[in-house]
Amino acid sequence: MSYVPNTDEEQQAMLESLGLSSIEDLLEPVPEDVRLRRPLDLPPALPEPDLKRLLSRMAAKNKNLDTTVSFLGAGTYDRAIPSVVPHLQRRSEFVTSYTPYQPEVSQGMLQAIYEFQTMVCQVTGLDIANASLYDGSTALVEAVLMALGPGGRGEIVVSMGVDPQYRQVLHTYAFARGFSIKEVPVQNGVTSLEALDGVVGSSTAAVVIQQPNFFGCVEDVRAIEPIAHRGKTLFVTAITEPASLGILAPPGTYGADIAVGEMMSFGNTMSFGAPALGFMAAKQKFMRLMPGRLVGQTIEEGGKKQTGYVLTLQTREQHIRRERATSNICTNQSLLAVGATIFLAVLGKQGFRELGELCLQKAHYAFRQITAIPGFEAAFSSPFFDEFVIKLPVPLNKLQQRFEQADIIGGYPLGQSYPGMDNCMLFCVTETRTKEDIDYLVSVLKEVQA
Amino acid sequence: MTVESLIFEKGAPGRRAATMPSMDVPTESLESMIPSDLLREEPAPLPEVSEIEVVRHYTHLSQRNFGVDTGFYPLGSCTMKYNPKLNEDMAALPGFAHIHPLQPASTAQGAIQLIYELERYLAEIAGMTRVTLQPSAGAHGELTGLMLIKAYHQSRGEGHRNLVLIPDNAHGTNPASATLADYKAVEIKTDPATGGIDMDHLKTVLDAHASNVAAIMLTNPNTLGLFDANVAEVARRIHEVGGQLYYDGANANAVLGITRPGDMGFDVVHFNLHKTCSTPHGGGGPGAGPIGVKEHLVPFLPGPLPAKSEQGYYWEDAGPQSIGKVRANVGNFGVLVRAYTYIRTHGPDGLRHVSESAILNANYLKHELSSDYEIAYPQTCQHEFVVTAEPQKEKYGVTALDIAKRLLDFGMYAPTTYFPLIVHEALMIEPTETETRETLDYFVSVMHQIAEEARTNPEIVQTAPHTTVIGRLDQALAARKPNLSWTPGQEVTHG
Repeated sequence: MSYVPNTDEEQQAMLESLGLSSIEDLLEPVPEDVRLRRPLDLPPALPEPDLKRLLSRMAAKNKNLDTTVSFLGAGTYDRAIPSVVPHLQRRSEFVTSYTPYQPEVSQGMLQAIYEFQTMVCQVTGLDIANASLYDGSTALVEAVLMALGPGGRGEIVVSMGVDPQYRQVLHTYAFARGFSIKEVPVQNGVTSLEALDGVVGSSTAAVVIQQPNFFGCVEDVRAIEPIAHRGKTLFVTAITEPASLGILAPPGTYGADIAVGEMMSFGNTMSFGAPALGFMAAKQKFMRLMPGRLVGQTIEEGGKKQTGYVLTLQTREQHIRRERATSNICTNQSLLAVGATIFLAVLGKQGFRELGELCLQKAHYAFRQITAIPGFEAAFSSPFFDEFVIKLPVPLNKLQQRFEQADIIGGYPLGQSYPGMDNCMLFCVTETRTKEDIDYLVSVLKEVQA
Repeated sequence: MTVESLIFEKGAPGRRAATMPSMDVPTESLESMIPSDLLREEPAPLPEVSEIEVVRHYTHLSQRNFGVDTGFYPLGSCTMKYNPKLNEDMAALPGFAHIHPLQPASTAQGAIQLIYELERYLAEIAGMTRVTLQPSAGAHGELTGLMLIKAYHQSRGEGHRNLVLIPDNAHGTNPASATLADYKAVEIKTDPATGGIDMDHLKTVLDAHASNVAAIMLTNPNTLGLFDANVAEVARRIHEVGGQLYYDGANANAVLGITRPGDMGFDVVHFNLHKTCSTPHGGGGPGAGPIGVKEHLVPFLPGPLPAKSEQGYYWEDAGPQSIGKVRANVGNFGVLVRAYTYIRTHGPDGLRHVSESAILNANYLKHELSSDYEIAYPQTCQHEFVVTAEPQKEKYGVTALDIAKRLLDFGMYAPTTYFPLIVHEALMIEPTETETRETLDYFVSVMHQIAEEARTNPEIVQTAPHTTVIGRLDQALAARKPNLSWTPGQEVTHG
């Protein structure tokens, strides 16, 4: 199969109009010593029906969340997505367009992104937001780089309650940029205020916490804020479970300077974790330091002076500023931002709050039921949103085997990220889980214990 | 068409669209679960709209947006080719779309298999040893590649190397990525005769800085659409001084099955799967920017990498020299499924046919336009070429921007303008392989008409576009008084 429309005869005629006889004539600029003189060693082309069969079978080897009950979160959340969202998001005028460099024929995408930026401000309570970043982890990196400023040297303080993958990514960038990272331990599932108080100093560029944190626990952001604002330090909040913003105090109300995180779960498929949707919101004063695209409202130069939308403040960006740009980002996650925008419009003011309440209530119901089973203990007593940590009375392997037989995807085994937590599992219960699902999990846990 | 008001200006208090899942568990008071000072006081002021309003609103917005499915999109260096519908369907299969990145490997065998196989296909296409699929986009791949190079130099006790050489026609992401990796970018001039690297200038720079050169970043064919025939010699000279070669894969649509970055001498390459493998651009993303490396850089790759044993596929942790993860999870999987499908659709002969056809279409357009437009570098091009509107500007006051805007009136998108920076009044044209001859001929006829208008009625070009939903917008106002989000009471001017 080929998507090249012109036939061999047509191509031959085109070559003749160029005064050439063969396509080889056009490859003459490629010197012989770098030419590949054999076919690529790849599987032969497959017709569409065969390929559909092949890929459907490959996909069927994966347990998917439509048919398997999952209690796995840990940074990626199962969300009920109204049908209207993919139907609109997948309209091909959105899907097959490029970055809206020509605003006169890109008003649709530009306006959708402007609405996205507005909604990110509405849910985070901050002043400005950009058009998206790759994912939550790289959005956090960008926030840290903003705080560090040009040159990128200095020190940041990060709570160990921040998603371990996000911290790994921060360490990778710290190696490349030459900044240093101090990690603050958690106590009873939340950032140790005492430890935080001890490490934040005059050289600290940013304090990073996650709300709710990786253990699902709600950080006491009101107590953290004064420590995080000591000196010229910026207070950065990472949010991996954005449904929490329906009921938890938004970053703008507790003094965060920058909020970053992950909004993939708003309207987009999980797709093994990505493409994801990194977002960034900040106080107004950071506008010209922001990385990535920004869409602004303006008016026509002439004509009726209609309202329209353009990419703006582009002098921050790599295609203009090159080595002095605020970031190297070019391609972002626009189509996922469109999905999130439609999702939030569909949920609306009431639905967004209800989403937060559903997650909170269902997770707390599951927590009460599980901790009522003898041997299954809560690891922490701190308040939590829709994830919680349970100390297991049985070996992890045994539990995983039983989950697989029972067609359950269990929680996240914390031992792989936190030494000393080998018998701890992070359970997640979002709005997608029914009482029946939760009771089923509880019955399986009871069996394992017995 | 009139202005489409914002979603925030629609609806009415209490109106709603979504049916939420039911609250089927016993509930407790919020305050008993969360301290009251950590609760949200006011609901987020999101829209209150019905489903029909949402559907009409975003349908209208889509109608105010131009995609490849709408028409010809000759945007140079962006490879706006047709995005096969099959690929969309495959990415939407529940077994790919509804799986969790952290679910046990035993329950994700198909996903890991796809990643395992795609890695091998890309390594073969690029002539590299291993590939990581983690980077999310081209620029992310560039940064990852430079981090690998940095780790490599450090491992050899050469961490002092601090310069990255970048041609003056390079994409802006190259110098920006170099800065982000804490390197200093050094510009290498273009030879005006060949359009390739100025070999004398390269020699001067290498003579002066040999021991500090970490790498050179090249695009080949370059942003002028020209294949740099000196590439093997450049590779020899860079390696001679201990530097590494980075291949920016933005223009890889010209090389499939014809030549491979690995065979040209490159040590690291990134792919833009959203260009070469035709995954849709989505209005600016998502893309995917996998990185391929030669053997000596494999130990530094981000982990985990997919592996296969008799028991099946699994994730192998990165070794002690790894730079670490560059993002959460394994990469833009949904994009990777589309790229995998694309490669399997084409096979080796089909991929080569893609590049050959893209090169033919570009040369055909270049030839047909040359009677009215000055081609910046008139020699045989590869997948794209650059027109300079300098003559139109000097004689008639018609700029590259004007020509670009006038094209919009004829149901086509515009070429890339004012890039590469070394060509004045640049219009960079990349037709891709998926356009019919009729479409190319139509573009040619419109370009000739615009050239004629420039001569006889320049104002119609200078004030274009005339048929779009909105005219040229006030960019200066947007930057001077930035309005980046809607606030209640904000006024909108309707046409």
